[in-house]
Amino acid sequence: MKRIKLVLENGDEYSGESIGVDIDHSYSLGELVFNTSMTGYQEILSDPSYCDQMVVMTYPLIGNYGVNKDDFESLTPALKGLIVRECPAEGSNWRNEYSLRELLKRFKIPGIAGVDTRELTKKIRNNGVMKAALVPENFNSQNAQAVLSKVIGTDQISRVSTKNPIHFPGSGKRVILIDFGYKKNILRSLLVRGCDVVVVPWNASLELIQSYRPEGIVMSNGPGNPKDVVEVLPVIRELQKRYPMFSICMGHQLFALANGADTEKLKFGHRGGNHPVKDLRLGKVFMSSQNHGYAVTSNSIQNSELEITQININDNTVEGLRHKSLPAFSVQYHPEACPGPEDTGWLFDDFLKTIRN
Amino acid sequence: MPVHSHLKKVLVIGSGPIVIGQAAEFDYSGTQAVKSLIEEGIEVVLVNSNPATIMTDKETAHKVYIEPLTKEFLLKIIHKEKPDGLLPTLGGQTALNLAVKLEEEGHLRRLGVQLLGCRVDTIQKAEDRKLFKNLMIEIGEPVPESRIVNELSEALEFAEEIGYPVIVRPAFTLGGTGGGIAKNRDELIIVGNSGLAASPIQQCLIERSIAGYKEIEYEVIRDSHDNCIIVCNMENIDPVGIHTGDSIVLAPSQTLSDKEYQLLRTSALKIIRSLKIEGGCNVQYALDPNSFNYYVIEVNPRVSRSSALASKATGYPIAKIAAKIAIGKTLDEIINPVTKKTYACFEPALDYVVCKIPRWPFDKFIKANRRLGTQMKATGEVMA
Repeated sequence: MKRIKLVLENGDEYSGESIGVDIDHSYSLGELVFNTSMTGYQEILSDPSYCDQMVVMTYPLIGNYGVNKDDFESLTPALKGLIVRECPAEGSNWRNEYSLRELLKRFKIPGIAGVDTRELTKKIRNNGVMKAALVPENFNSQNAQAVLSKVIGTDQISRVSTKNPIHFPGSGKRVILIDFGYKKNILRSLLVRGCDVVVVPWNASLELIQSYRPEGIVMSNGPGNPKDVVEVLPVIRELQKRYPMFSICMGHQLFALANGADTEKLKFGHRGGNHPVKDLRLGKVFMSSQNHGYAVTSNSIQNSELEITQININDNTVEGLRHKSLPAFSVQYHPEACPGPEDTGWLFDDFLKTIRN
Repeated sequence: MPVHSHLKKVLVIGSGPIVIGQAAEFDYSGTQAVKSLIEEGIEVVLVNSNPATIMTDKETAHKVYIEPLTKEFLLKIIHKEKPDGLLPTLGGQTALNLAVKLEEEGHLRRLGVQLLGCRVDTIQKAEDRKLFKNLMIEIGEPVPESRIVNELSEALEFAEEIGYPVIVRPAFTLGGTGGGIAKNRDELIIVGNSGLAASPIQQCLIERSIAGYKEIEYEVIRDSHDNCIIVCNMENIDPVGIHTGDSIVLAPSQTLSDKEYQLLRTSALKIIRSLKIEGGCNVQYALDPNSFNYYVIEVNPRVSRSSALASKATGYPIAKIAAKIAIGKTLDEIINPVTKKTYACFEPALDYVVCKIPRWPFDKFIKANRRLGTQMKATGEVMA
């Protein structure tokens, strides 16, 4: 059984079983975050929003149902490490094709099992997010701290975004999906509603987008800090004047910044499938899937062109926004689920209604 | 939304004597509910025929009646106490059946008592096998092929049509009493007769047997604003065909991918909404181990044995919250008693796994048939 070590920025070290790719003479460095989802590890580790992050799964048994050909949210996972309590060698499920351990090796993701994930989670909650590294077991503390002192870049979006536009034909409305690291189920949610979708790179110009004659724009989720891509804000401002717009997660944060509001980093983020979102118009609460380390600053909205439509009832963070005069709205969470509750899929229907009107 | 302000005094019905299928777990939930109502400033009167319970302690409710759980005694108590509301959803099937009778016969209306936590049409739609099947078909949720019968001959005829094995499910019973699987005509004659005798309305559902399917349960809560949450799901290690009370159960499910988890979750929410339940509900599914096909097997529109397990497994006090919902509070108003900072409107995410193993009394019933089936035989359980 191969061993591997997890080292935290604060000096703590955890030794465990290596369940992913061997990192014999190298290391993996990322931002340490935790996700509380009890199912959906395949979707989680293939979500491009985890680029440059190490994910601790709080649920102690990860890999129970193996890996299948369908549940990938992208075909090239970008996370830097998976940290679990226990990872079975085999899964049990009719769609199981190979084990999670096999998947980690195939995608060259390092992983560690046998660590106290509850303790790790509490540390992240108390200290806030911090850097962590997966290193070979014999790495000494000095070398480990040297690794941890490296800076994590700010170019995540450009690394996960498509380099060229891609067309997904459909017979319905033409929608441009601006790719900041999109999850496949956002695309699928549009296609299943008949949309004709063109996925464009994160920094596509206004002219390029207009050349596709869109009828609506969707801005996707993505990794990192929205303020690392401020060059897209002017494009957003122009697009929203011309086309109905629906933005998710990173898209929502960029939508807010483009319209005069501000964003901030949360202490340890929201990552899981049980976050309660209250729609202030409907007076109802929905369960949502979340994965974000940044949020729109609530009291920056009053000076903007936006209004708050939904909030998180656990901590009052902004979950939904709407433009006061333009047909543009956004949500912080993941209405496309995968993983997580399907409670808010109707937002896609609302978006299509906006296009039709 | 404020508590129904006209409710000053509520009568809670306990679950009566300890029997298989309705045992001490109902003392647990009943006690929780009584305390929950008192927290809201309500005067609580409790009736339970079983004095060997915590809920009947002097310290629990304001006033306790240790009387038979019958219509006659309930009416006497209502006449004397003049409660504003009646809460029967924490006392298992016994309490529910009693409340239905009182409501249907017009007593509650006549005496000005509001039925809380449930509606009679909801209970009927969940418990009456025919109404339930029709409702599921109406909302597009799959149920196994079945026929309602009131006579053995009808059962035999149907089994000839769809083929054996079949399951006999008696209406309005608890713990699957009187029912069972029949692999052939001879077995159906035995089980069919016992089922019809066990049902208070001489009605059974004869259903295509989906024994061998994965048995998955969801505990759901809904409030008057239509906010819904899943408290947890559970996977029975023993497949459909073995009563959940006799099965080893794990929370949360272990072999369901996220797709299957959400498929059944979405279904459970649809079901609780269609039944307009305000409070807790248990939904049981049969999931094909080799596809996404599933069937809804049973819905219990009340706190149940499984909800006690779910409560303990997740730390989410279902009975307590269900009692507050029954008097008009919504999930986003009720404070989460564990965090004290957030609300009851969330779905617990566990960072551990819970296992329940039944305990059987076969050491006492040496000659009993130990074969497990759809009729519960366990008299207790352990949880870790």
